[in-house]
Amino acid sequence: MRKSRTNDLGTGLFVLLGFAAFFFLTTQTTSKGLSFTSKPHYDVTAKFDNIGDLKVGAPVSMAGVEIGRVATIDFDSQDYKAVVVLRLNAKFDKIPTDSDATIYTQGLLGGKFIGVTPGGAETYFKNNDQIQFTQSAFQLENLIGQFMANFGKDSGNKGSDAAPARDKPSATEKSK
Amino acid sequence: MKLFGDLWASFILALSNLGSQCRFLMLLVWRTPRALLRFQLISDQVYNSGALSLVIIMLSGLFVGMVLALQGFTLLQRFGSESALGTAAALGLVKELGPVITALLFAGRAGTALASEIGLMRATDQLSAMEMMAVDPIRRVVVPRFIGGIIAMPLLSVVFCMIGIFGAQLVGVQIMGVDQGSFWSQMRAAVELKDITEGIVKSMAFGVACSLIAVYAGYHAVPTAEGVGRATTRTVVTSAVVTLFLDYLLTSVFL
Amino acid sequence: MDPIEPLIQIRGLDYSINGRSIFKNLDIDVPSGKVTAFMGPSGTGKTTLLRLITGQLFADRGTVIVDGQDVTSLSTDGIYRLRRRMGMLFQNGALLTDIDVFENVAFPLREHTRLPERLLRQLVLMKLQAVGLRGAAELMPAELSGGMSRRVALARAIVMDPQILIYDEPFVGLDPISMGVVLRLIRHLNDVMGLTSIVVSHDVKEISAVADLSYLLSGGGVAAKGTPRELHDNPSEIVHQFMGGLADGPVPFHYPAPDYYESLLARGRGR
Repeated sequence: MRKSRTNDLGTGLFVLLGFAAFFFLTTQTTSKGLSFTSKPHYDVTAKFDNIGDLKVGAPVSMAGVEIGRVATIDFDSQDYKAVVVLRLNAKFDKIPTDSDATIYTQGLLGGKFIGVTPGGAETYFKNNDQIQFTQSAFQLENLIGQFMANFGKDSGNKGSDAAPARDKPSATEKSK
Repeated sequence: MKLFGDLWASFILALSNLGSQCRFLMLLVWRTPRALLRFQLISDQVYNSGALSLVIIMLSGLFVGMVLALQGFTLLQRFGSESALGTAAALGLVKELGPVITALLFAGRAGTALASEIGLMRATDQLSAMEMMAVDPIRRVVVPRFIGGIIAMPLLSVVFCMIGIFGAQLVGVQIMGVDQGSFWSQMRAAVELKDITEGIVKSMAFGVACSLIAVYAGYHAVPTAEGVGRATTRTVVTSAVVTLFLDYLLTSVFL
Repeated sequence: MDPIEPLIQIRGLDYSINGRSIFKNLDIDVPSGKVTAFMGPSGTGKTTLLRLITGQLFADRGTVIVDGQDVTSLSTDGIYRLRRRMGMLFQNGALLTDIDVFENVAFPLREHTRLPERLLRQLVLMKLQAVGLRGAAELMPAELSGGMSRRVALARAIVMDPQILIYDEPFVGLDPISMGVVLRLIRHLNDVMGLTSIVVSHDVKEISAVADLSYLLSGGGVAAKGTPRELHDNPSEIVHQFMGGLADGPVPFHYPAPDYYESLLARGRGR
């Protein structure tokens, strides 16, 4: 009987540890954790033409300091824009209303995050305000596309220059 | 020609073995409801399979997490995205390494213990004695061990993942100098609840498979010392192969 | 011969394993309240016969009637209900190795009844007292000698107060003292508790001391039956060989084989 008691205790501790680990995984390794720990916060909306692969839970930073996270991402079918709700920590309550939000990429291949550059206005964002100035995600594909197009055009031009040049001698040879 | 015949024979053998395992599984599931009433028996087995495997699981988790961070760091450094180390380690652990390595360790630690315990009970007539005392050995002995294993496996797996992430953090942040904030925040941004669910579902499936293989091998062991030894060996080998096969199957389902 | 209705009646029993016939048209009666012995050379299926009676195996043909119920046609539940009225002592005791002596004896009670702990304790100690091992209640099975673990197993077998008590080779590997103890217990329990006992053994001397009725099984059937005295005086060759312990006789010394001379001359593996 005594042995069974210690076994029960061990089992209990083991199950407790298991659930603690599960809780840790669900709250600490995912962005869901934020909704569990509801610190005081306020929401600000921003509309973007293109958000790239911005995810819910991505950080919102100002001058490199994390001031909040992306709470929801929606699509506005009126003006075909992405509507992003930024959930900002109530501690950072002095953000000028003419600040602009830009979507940046962490590293070359990292995830997207929103950087807020402060403006100079005297009024500050309150709950459910909207950020007027936004800049869409920097799309690597677009850039590569443009680059390729330019490169293609250049090489095309070169080609069209070079081809006659190469043709010419043969033409002259032929004419000879 | 003889080779072909042998292959065919072993194929038939494997197939009938599979069928026999599945029938045993049905038998266990059928007896489970009444076995669930004896909660104490199951809790004892959660202790045997789970709590006693905890040390080996935690140690392995720590080292796997550390090695993952070391390898991941050198690889990610080439792309200048060391900050994604947290993401890489967490996803790797939660989705793949956690459930799979836990299952392999479980097969080695708890699976062999289950198989040899039941095999020895068979060899020393304890199972027959229970039958003669009008106690169904499947319900009294096999099902609690089976259920205990199924409960223990996901718990062990999440503990493994948690310790592994700390191990990765230890190497990545404390030794390699990845920024702690970006380690965690990138992890949080990239890991979704879906990934954790995937890991849990996998380890539940592995729990069913490994426990079934172990109790089956024990229950059907040839009742001699050699037979019990063979049963434990078979438990480890079959569990490992089935775990990896199921892992591929489940991964492709979740994609 | 016996006026009392037999408790166990076996009629026309056929049984075979993998095509090898073990019993052919076997008839056996076990009278109520007596000690009945099944004797026979090794490999004649004595243990198999026990398994047929307890419903662990099923006959190919024929009936096994235990206390009015035909085991061959009972459902699993029915067999389990029947087994609660049977106790069985296995060759090596078959104690559960992970619990101590007390819990081993208490095991059937805990599984089948919801007795208060005090009453359960009294019952268990009574049964342990009956086999003389009340002092060993705290020991683990691994700490017991062969004879002691068999006595514990006996206490476990009688803890549910069965009607029928079955002993499978109770004398194997025991020293003379333990043997005497087990013999005394078989007789004593049978008479005091009003049991019907079945003893399977090939120890002629011991069985003769305890059995009221003996069956000598050989070659898939009953070679002889009667009291030990009658068996001893039986003129049949097989009975004579078995009771006298002779090396050769109707049960041959040699396993069936082709001619010895030819085997020696043959090439290859000599078969």
